[in-house]
Amino acid sequence: MPFESILFNMTNEIINQEYIDAPKFFVDLNLDQVIDHITASKQEYNLKTFYFSPLNDIDAIHYRQEIFRDLENHLLLENIKTFAEKMVLVHRHLNILSKLHYRFHQEGWFLEAAVEYCDAVICLASNLSSTNLSSHGFKEFCEYINQYTQSIQFKSLMTETKSLNTDLSLIQYSVIIKNLWVRVRKYEDEIDYSKKVEETFEKFKQGGVKNYKVDLRLTSGMNHVEAQILDCVVKLFPETFKELDQFCVKYDGFLDEKICGFDREIQFYVAYLEFISSIKKSGVKFCYPKITTQKKEIHSFEAFDIALANEIVSEDSTIICNDFYLKGKERIIVVSGPNQGGKTTFARMFGQLHYLASLGCPVPGRAARLFLYDQMFTHFEKEEDIRSLRGKLKDDLVRIHSVLNQATPNSIIIINEILTSTALKDAVFLSKQIMDKIIHLDSLCVCVSFIDELSTLSEKTVSMMSTIVPENPALRTFKIIRKPADGLSYAICIAEKHHLTYNLIKERIVK
Amino acid sequence: MKAYLLYKNRDFNPQQPLPLNEYDLIHDLELNTLFNAMSMGDDFLFDVSKQVILSGSNDLEVIRYRQDILKDCLKNPSVIREIYQIPMESIEKKRKGWLGIFTYSPDGVLYSALGMMQMFVELLRKLKKIADDHGEKFESEGLTAFFKMIQEELDDDYFAIVEYHLKHLKFQDGVLISAKLGAGNEGTGYILRSPNSKKGNWFKRVFSSRSPVYSFNINGRDEAGIRALSDLRDRGINLVANALAQSADHIDSFLNMLRPELAFYIGCLNLYDKINQMGNPITFPFPEKAKERRHSFRGLYDVCLALTMNQNIVGNDVNADHKNLVIITGANQGGKSTFLRSIGLAQLMMQSGMYVPAEKFHANLCEGVFTHYKRKEDVSMKSGKLDEELGRMSAIVELISSNSLMLFNESFTATNEREGSEIARQITSALIDRHVKVFFVTHMYEFAHAFFDKRMKDAIFLQAERKAGGRRTFKLIEGEPSQTSFGEDVYKEVFVNS
Repeated sequence: MPFESILFNMTNEIINQEYIDAPKFFVDLNLDQVIDHITASKQEYNLKTFYFSPLNDIDAIHYRQEIFRDLENHLLLENIKTFAEKMVLVHRHLNILSKLHYRFHQEGWFLEAAVEYCDAVICLASNLSSTNLSSHGFKEFCEYINQYTQSIQFKSLMTETKSLNTDLSLIQYSVIIKNLWVRVRKYEDEIDYSKKVEETFEKFKQGGVKNYKVDLRLTSGMNHVEAQILDCVVKLFPETFKELDQFCVKYDGFLDEKICGFDREIQFYVAYLEFISSIKKSGVKFCYPKITTQKKEIHSFEAFDIALANEIVSEDSTIICNDFYLKGKERIIVVSGPNQGGKTTFARMFGQLHYLASLGCPVPGRAARLFLYDQMFTHFEKEEDIRSLRGKLKDDLVRIHSVLNQATPNSIIIINEILTSTALKDAVFLSKQIMDKIIHLDSLCVCVSFIDELSTLSEKTVSMMSTIVPENPALRTFKIIRKPADGLSYAICIAEKHHLTYNLIKERIVK
Repeated sequence: MKAYLLYKNRDFNPQQPLPLNEYDLIHDLELNTLFNAMSMGDDFLFDVSKQVILSGSNDLEVIRYRQDILKDCLKNPSVIREIYQIPMESIEKKRKGWLGIFTYSPDGVLYSALGMMQMFVELLRKLKKIADDHGEKFESEGLTAFFKMIQEELDDDYFAIVEYHLKHLKFQDGVLISAKLGAGNEGTGYILRSPNSKKGNWFKRVFSSRSPVYSFNINGRDEAGIRALSDLRDRGINLVANALAQSADHIDSFLNMLRPELAFYIGCLNLYDKINQMGNPITFPFPEKAKERRHSFRGLYDVCLALTMNQNIVGNDVNADHKNLVIITGANQGGKSTFLRSIGLAQLMMQSGMYVPAEKFHANLCEGVFTHYKRKEDVSMKSGKLDEELGRMSAIVELISSNSLMLFNESFTATNEREGSEIARQITSALIDRHVKVFFVTHMYEFAHAFFDKRMKDAIFLQAERKAGGRRTFKLIEGEPSQTSFGEDVYKEVFVNS
């Protein structure tokens, strides 16, 4: 099949839709931080839309997983990055042409773009040819770029670009300004006066101060005085500029559309891989999840919260991994247990895994089988905002109600510590009502709650608990394991919610 | 050139972030009363006083360094106030003369830097004169070094050099700039050049040179052209202008920095005058290291109460040396809150390097002062009250570290006494175990007595004194926690006596 896109296999072109805004659950799952981090250094590609658009087709996910596997080849990845850096410059140069008014100024930037472009394409083509590629996407692209670099059009562009560029960079000249009178001549080896003056004033310096060097490039471009000076320079070196004129006419519109498309789309993979490589350094694993569309028997081993992992990596502490599985009729994981034990993190992780899988990306963990959901919903308590408690209960219920109205049996629902702002009795009653509805719906669900009764409501519910080592409560495990919930009194619950029991305080205060 | 009046080796940073519990401290200890007395209506003095007191030091050397300087200031208040006028004058002159460095263009930078320099020279000469006239009267390390620095750095040579360069930086013969063609054929690598021939007019040499010269004139009415040309010229003088502006900036920041460095001491002088008028004592405290446990004092009074009532106040004498926990119980309206506030205030004042409101004061430093007071205005939200209290406590735990000072005032009473006592007990125990020094004003008998029964060596129990018949002395005495807070007395006072 001829090459079209490195992100989408053609059979699914129509199904795939690009979203401009982040899904609603992004903030709750901390995926906003993750995607912001991933795309931060790559704003110009406008990659967020790709990350905001989950795939809903298994083949489309496999197409991407294959490409990710190819990019595990470190050398290939580096080659792609180098290519991208050069293409950034090409676009930057070409984009400013329409804003420029003077002939030789435009021509200069046009030449500069061509220099970068030739270099970028040639290097990538030769590197890809010597790489062992397995994915459909990459194989097709490799074939395409090789044909392109062999074309006569491209070859002559390259030769002429090089020679012209060398000639121009050797030119040097001087400008003498007195009042409104400007003279231009060739440079004659005069010494640097600024340095002399700087040296004289050095003794006044006392330490760090503001920089008063005005950034003049930003305000300039080329004005008519500079253009007149350039005209004088053209007169000083006429031959070179004549060649430049001819070059620009001949090679107008030299960019190839598919090469440019590839340049943008491949960044989806590069950005993600760059992101996870720093996390992998701490010893955790990523895997390509098996995707299921029918059975809801899912599992994941040694998975972790990718957003937390990203924060922790910079602090050089350990990332805690957790397992989960659901079999038979099990659909709902109820997470309870001591605070500061990683319950919220577990809930986030569950959502993140499914979302990342639906993008076709490798997910945190050693191995995973995940469900191809139709919609994901999250309901998280707005933490530590005491002042907003007023009317919060009603707000909570309204939000939950709307989730339950939209959800289908193929949806994923993640609920984190709702209804903590009301009396215990009310909270138990309301939570049970909500859980009944979810059980009836048969959706996959993770529910973090201090109300442990919820874990035994039905055969569809599974209890998981955050754990603490009894002998040494100061040691946080962050492990969430399958076991029946053991209740604690409401009074301690409140103190615990604020992490204010004897043991928890001792943990929190640095010695 | 640095003043270094608050730290021996570094500048005071007036923008330094305040502790995150700033609001609680100000509110619970009524610090604004103190800041107002120090600033006498001047916003800047208010801000600096607030900054210094809230970001106190836990370094003994820093505190002693400031104490010495403050003692010098109390001896020579008029000289200190005179120096303080110099940065004020600089600000005033810059404002009136629209002086400042304008960064729109290097030419502007160069021109305005010249203007600033002229004004500064005058002020610096004034400062030098004060140093020459009064420098010898000062004994503290900080002020001695300060005056010495002024005399050494601002000698006659310095002024001469500045003025010499100001004359020669006007480029009346035009500028010579070299360049190359960069990307896009844009001129790049602009370098201001010194002409090859040192003798004669270098413009003539340009004409006599054999290489071709192409020239053009900018029309006098072509404003854009004139601007463009001056931009180009600016590229050449950019670095020179930068160097000069930075020099001017240095002097400016030196004068600016004098203001906050001195403002704290001016605030202390203001407060001293007031306390003196009321006939209350002050003393310079003896601080110990944070890991020591000292807290003994005589005549410690609540300076904010004194300022509010504008009168002499009865102080407390307590010896709580080697104690980690101080529990205060007893009669309502017996001066417990006032006492607790005086503890917090004295600690903050001591750690900022100030004198403290007492006859004698001896205490260890702490890593931070934290207050947890019952918030009476939140009663409306009954169900969330305990939640709110614990939420605030949690925020404190987030910030607190070993060797901090924690002041509780009637905390955790939003629930029944049994539960409240248990929560208070757990929190207090954990804090003590983490070496936080705790002062707890409470009427929860169960809580207070649980600690009393433990017979801990490092705990002390104080009570508001209640003479027979319910008369209060507003003094605290040591003793076993009492089971009632004598609310009945207050009830009687209100219902029977009125």
